[in-house]
Amino acid sequence: MITEAKCKKIIDLAIAHAGDRVTDMQVTVFEQEQATSRFANNEMTQHVDTCVTTVTITVNARGRTAFFATDSTSTKAIKRAVDKAIETAGVLPHDATTLRVLKPSNLTEDATPKFSRFDPRIAALGPEDRLKRVKSIVEVARRGRFSAAGIFATYLNSYAIGNSAGLFRFDQQTNVECSITMLSASSSGWQKGYGCNLDAVDPVALAEGAASRARKSRNPVYVRPGDYTVILEPSAVLDLICFLYDDFTGTEHWYETSSFCKKIGKNVLGKNITITDDANHELQTGFLFDDEGMNRKTVTIVEDGKLKTPVKSRRSVKYLGGSPTGHGAAPSSAEGEFPMNIVVAGGDSSLEEMIASTQRGILLTRVWYVRDVDPNTKLLTGMTRDGTFLIENGKVTRGIKNLRFNQSVIDMLKNVVEIGQPVLAAGEETFPAVVPPMKIENFRFSSRTKA
Amino acid sequence: MNKELALYALDVARSLGASYADARLIKTVSETVETRDLYVVYAADNESIGLGIRVLVRGGWGFATARHLTKLGVVAAVTKAVEAAKASSRLLNGRVKLAKEAAHQEIWQSPFSIDPFKISTNDKVSLLLECEKLMRKTRGVKQTSGILTFTREKKLFVSTDGSDITQTFLTSGCGIDAQAGVDEHFVRSWPNSFGGQYESAGWEMVQRWDLLGNAQRVAEESVMVSKARQCPEMVTDVILGASQLALQIHESTGHPTELDRVFGEEENYAGASFLTPDNLGKLKYGSKIVNLTANATVPNALGTFAYDDDGVPGQRVELVKNGLFVGYLTSRETAHELGLDRSGGMMRATGPGFTPLVRMTNVSLEPGDAGSLQDLIADTKRGILLDTNYSWSIDDRRHNFQFGTEIGWLIKNGKIVEPVRNPSYWGITTNFWNSCDAICGPSEHVYWGIPTCAKGQPCQAIGTGHGAAPARFKNTKVGVAKPAEDKPKGGAHSKPHSGHHHAKVARHNRHCAGGSK
Repeated sequence: MITEAKCKKIIDLAIAHAGDRVTDMQVTVFEQEQATSRFANNEMTQHVDTCVTTVTITVNARGRTAFFATDSTSTKAIKRAVDKAIETAGVLPHDATTLRVLKPSNLTEDATPKFSRFDPRIAALGPEDRLKRVKSIVEVARRGRFSAAGIFATYLNSYAIGNSAGLFRFDQQTNVECSITMLSASSSGWQKGYGCNLDAVDPVALAEGAASRARKSRNPVYVRPGDYTVILEPSAVLDLICFLYDDFTGTEHWYETSSFCKKIGKNVLGKNITITDDANHELQTGFLFDDEGMNRKTVTIVEDGKLKTPVKSRRSVKYLGGSPTGHGAAPSSAEGEFPMNIVVAGGDSSLEEMIASTQRGILLTRVWYVRDVDPNTKLLTGMTRDGTFLIENGKVTRGIKNLRFNQSVIDMLKNVVEIGQPVLAAGEETFPAVVPPMKIENFRFSSRTKA
Repeated sequence: MNKELALYALDVARSLGASYADARLIKTVSETVETRDLYVVYAADNESIGLGIRVLVRGGWGFATARHLTKLGVVAAVTKAVEAAKASSRLLNGRVKLAKEAAHQEIWQSPFSIDPFKISTNDKVSLLLECEKLMRKTRGVKQTSGILTFTREKKLFVSTDGSDITQTFLTSGCGIDAQAGVDEHFVRSWPNSFGGQYESAGWEMVQRWDLLGNAQRVAEESVMVSKARQCPEMVTDVILGASQLALQIHESTGHPTELDRVFGEEENYAGASFLTPDNLGKLKYGSKIVNLTANATVPNALGTFAYDDDGVPGQRVELVKNGLFVGYLTSRETAHELGLDRSGGMMRATGPGFTPLVRMTNVSLEPGDAGSLQDLIADTKRGILLDTNYSWSIDDRRHNFQFGTEIGWLIKNGKIVEPVRNPSYWGITTNFWNSCDAICGPSEHVYWGIPTCAKGQPCQAIGTGHGAAPARFKNTKVGVAKPAEDKPKGGAHSKPHSGHHHAKVARHNRHCAGGSK
């Protein structure tokens, strides 16, 4: 694992080599060690152990910005990267709006985590440890006469930012991920866990959850497409609401391409919806500084359905006003920002209560291949997958065959009638976030499929 | 390229008990220039070099990358790979076996005419800015952007079977787009959406696609579609433009014919396939005029190579012949499992940091006899021409799909009569391909490149090619993705690739670490 001292040395070398040839310069070092044990058909299919270090040089040469990235940390490679970035910048047109890099004196808050996102137990896991966990998943599958497929993976991430104004930030974190699909001849069930701490992911509990869904959805039946009351498990909520993230950025408001453009202060979602971006939330993952080195602030984006503010970078505040929120991209001429730590406020309903209060509806474990078909109304299409159930008279009665939906996520968040407790949910369309299960009225399914 | 280091990796693997090992030493350089609204928003170079080692020990796979390109670094990586393989071997239904393949020795270079790395960055930026200036002359255009991207990858593959193959790939991509609309935004792109067209070629492909010569038309069409009415909901004959058809082939033919997917190895993420082996040689996948092939030997197509990452030569394999499902995309492992004598040579990894998977090469619809696109339109009494992908989605068995395009053109009595906005179409794969009643001829056939096909865990993005000429599909459901009736008039396409794209993807990956897709 790369050390803070090594990152500092690389950054200092690059900045010294550039000297007065640049107006400003930022260097980032990102290293990821990744180990993935992949299984299918109750056997191991891949077992990989990789490490990639990426050094990215960003130079501002008199209002001309260029990047150079290399995966070599040798002195020769770093110097070459700096030279090449300066050479490229030299032929670019001047951009009068180019920002200077962040000065250390601009950092007014301590970004020291209130809790560690580095678990040495994750860092110490080897192939035998991963095998043990995969075997425990396969044992659950065999007991239930299922076929299991999935991954158990670990990540060690190191991230450093330094710039020519003297700023230096460094952090390391671990992640663990476990995704499991259980298959029977006629059905499937899925569960996925993610976290910074080894205890955050219990492979056997996930396996049993996936097996339970596969068991209950055996011999699924067709239901007619149409408008239904749906209950979305947190992963399904996540993979739909993530299509609003771009609309929550200052740059999209500045460019007037956000679906919520000119609606700050107005009701845009249901009154029971509050969305924040909170890197310090105890369930969240990720680094506490943005790609300019600024501390990530907690931002209330939507409060009781009303749009409060997008997240903003140092650049977008020049056009929108207000203060940067610590969600910025690396300094360059026109890059934006992104909410990386979404937290959707929970309610007081349990999943069981939501089911019990539903006369007729559909319970979704997972959505799949979701795509934006109309960004203005945020109309999305996608499929259900791996555990779709019919609810009748307050009970889950049977599995149903998968359905395609065409549903505006904005409308969806206006039709939420019950909300559960938020968890760190992991899906497939975006990075994990803290979201609750939801019960939603009038969710539109447009067609069905054979599987 | 330090071949000795790669060969040393094989020696170490043998000494640690590997029955098979291969090493891929890959050096990549790339350049991307992206402009938006007359600013250079991204000018970046990238270079990388890495060594990936794959071993088979006691019938189980292990894979690792060398952290340092030294002998010590190689020993550490091979040791990790062998430990992983030994762990894998303790959870197997049967030992992995590979279809036989001869040892190959070859040096190969993908063909190109003009080296894009010898074109100055200034010239590249100037071209994009000129296109933007031209597009912005059209009244009603609100935003414009352009992108050029070039990659040179030199890959050495050596294996304990005795193969020693060096391939150099040159890839180029180019694209422009314009957005129009007042409160809504509608995009038109050229030559394709989401970053444009990608080919295994040099600067000559940028010249051939003539960005500057198409800029004004693209701008005018963006304004035209912003003023067009919503695509009506109807069942009609659909003509898919070649680039949209390329993505249709990718999703509904390419992915379901991947044999590792068929065998369940992608169940947890990318899904499985309805094309199970009991359908091979029996299923009427499409109409009799439908012939689909996977051909890795097409000059200048994005999915072209001389050898795959199993050390198997690129080949032409029939997938659907006269409408009948007849073949799969295979690797040495999956070919053996199916009982085939030899792999079709479709095993590829995204660089040295990933283990190879069964991937598409150039999965293509063979040209038909319907002449030109104009001939096909003239032959269509009532229908719609759908052009340039915007939205795509298909279920995890590859049955139920829905696509949206940037523009639709209504056809009546053999003539285009009106553009429509936000068009979409829906279908079930086999029903759709069986409704194909006309395919344009070779003059309309283009190999489109899709640079970011995602598959695997950890997720790998790789380039694939798809040859297609416009084709007609009878009685297809259109206009399924219309906006809700109580909403303002539906728009589409406010955010194609933006200047922020690279930064956001990079941050996304860094932040979520294991986040896939």
